Amino acid sequence: MLDVQKIREDFPILKREVNGKPLVYFDNAATSQTPQVVIDAIVDYYSNYNANIHRGVHTLSQEATDAYEIARKKVQQHFNAKHPYEIILTSGTTHSINIVATGFTNLLAKGDEIIVSALEHHSNIVPWQMLCERTGAILKVIPMNEEGELLMNAYDQLLSDKTKLVFTNHISNALGTINPIEEIIQKAHNVGAAVLIDGAQSCPHIKPDVQDLDVDFYVASAHKLCGPTGVGLLYGKEEWLNKLPPYQGGGEMIDQVTFEKTTYAGLPHKFEAGTPNICGGIAFGVALDYMNSIGFDNIAEYENELLDYGTKKLLEIEGLKIYGTSKNKTSVISFNIDNIHPYDIGSIVDKLGVAVRTGHHCAQPIMDFYKIPGTIRASFSFYNTKEEIDILVEAIKKAKMMLS
Amino acid sequence: MSIQELQEEIVDEFSMFDDWMQRYEYMIDLGKSLPLIEEKYKIDENIIKGCQSKVWVHAEMKDDKIEFTADSDAIITKGIIAILIRVFSGQHPKDIMDADTAFIDEIGLKEHLSPTRANGLVSMIKQLKMYAIAYQTQLN
Repeated sequence: MLDVQKIREDFPILKREVNGKPLVYFDNAATSQTPQVVIDAIVDYYSNYNANIHRGVHTLSQEATDAYEIARKKVQQHFNAKHPYEIILTSGTTHSINIVATGFTNLLAKGDEIIVSALEHHSNIVPWQMLCERTGAILKVIPMNEEGELLMNAYDQLLSDKTKLVFTNHISNALGTINPIEEIIQKAHNVGAAVLIDGAQSCPHIKPDVQDLDVDFYVASAHKLCGPTGVGLLYGKEEWLNKLPPYQGGGEMIDQVTFEKTTYAGLPHKFEAGTPNICGGIAFGVALDYMNSIGFDNIAEYENELLDYGTKKLLEIEGLKIYGTSKNKTSVISFNIDNIHPYDIGSIVDKLGVAVRTGHHCAQPIMDFYKIPGTIRASFSFYNTKEEIDILVEAIKKAKMMLS
Repeated sequence: MSIQELQEEIVDEFSMFDDWMQRYEYMIDLGKSLPLIEEKYKIDENIIKGCQSKVWVHAEMKDDKIEFTADSDAIITKGIIAILIRVFSGQHPKDIMDADTAFIDEIGLKEHLSPTRANGLVSMIKQLKMYAIAYQTQLN
């Protein structure tokens, strides 16, 4: 069981006011807030051992290198990768996807097929469309139903020996649907295709085990996991990471450089050109420790409670419609009220201190599916409370009154 | 009335309100009085980019003055564009080009002025001024 009041004490930002009202932060699917231990780790790094890593012989450089590599190990352990060098520390999910999408340029031929789900964030669509433009590969889409669930029968039909890659998110950022990734991965492997899972939205709620999933690539961002922005991970199976060429050239990623020929460093450095986000990586490790100290089972249980409560309370508002009604979903509620534009509701609830996201959530194909301009999205985290949901509901009622 | 006088009039009206809720309610009312764009002009080419909601603006020249009509699918945005059109519609292009828009700050809508805000107030002002520049070029 979580002690929410105690947890809230860990997050200094939750004490602030917005427009004269106590902040109610329900935009967790966009970014999570930062606990004091993570802030302290950032301050500690810049106060005590800021140095470039992997090359200096001096003490600060050694300390920073050790801390950074310890963080990589923490990430490895958290996601249960087989080796630490299968964890590439990147600037975030988008960067990670681009490394893989670019890396596949020489591995695909014209007419090969790659499969995406209808529930994707633009960052898990556009890099693959660009890959198709470069290679002549064909992009196929797993369709969804009205509840916001993928149609697995249609997926079966799309798979063939032409399929080379399948990529989908674990959880939809716009609707909260949890996709059946175990089945998606297994079926893709049956036809010899590789799979990339975008875990940006699932990692805050679920602790994935990449070996158990047998996934080829798994990507996520630290800032959704109580860590800082600008850092994330690309997990890849060793054999896959060895197959992909480097994404960027530069320092750190080389073995030998002459003007005639350069040989590349081994994993993970091959994909980590330039000075990385050292402080961010270290803070990412601390954030994972923090989340694990609370416990993902506890987090999931409590967030489901918030989801059930929020769903029930919001549906009491007349004219409110929820998009994404799968039984298998996480603590994200996407909704609209009558024909009121989500932007109008968002503007007014912000005035009342409530932070929600409005718009298409970088998932325009989903909005097109429902024929709406966007939604209001409230996404709950383990530091939110039922009282805050009550404040949201009252704010929405007020907005509705003003706008009707 | 001149642009300056119209701006002062709007500032006067908004000064009657004590809190943001009254200001927003008034803005929503103003949105309802917006001279609506004809359906045939509600096309993609007339959409102002940079707004989270859709805003269509149409401009026509009558007797050396620009007449604006507009619409939006969001009510608050409609209120914002209504305020701008009340100030700029029926004015000479040159006056629109030269006008400053500091009055937005004075009516308590300062937060909407940031160029990063999704409502696109800055884009709307820019678009109206672009029409003014285009018509001014024709006059020259």
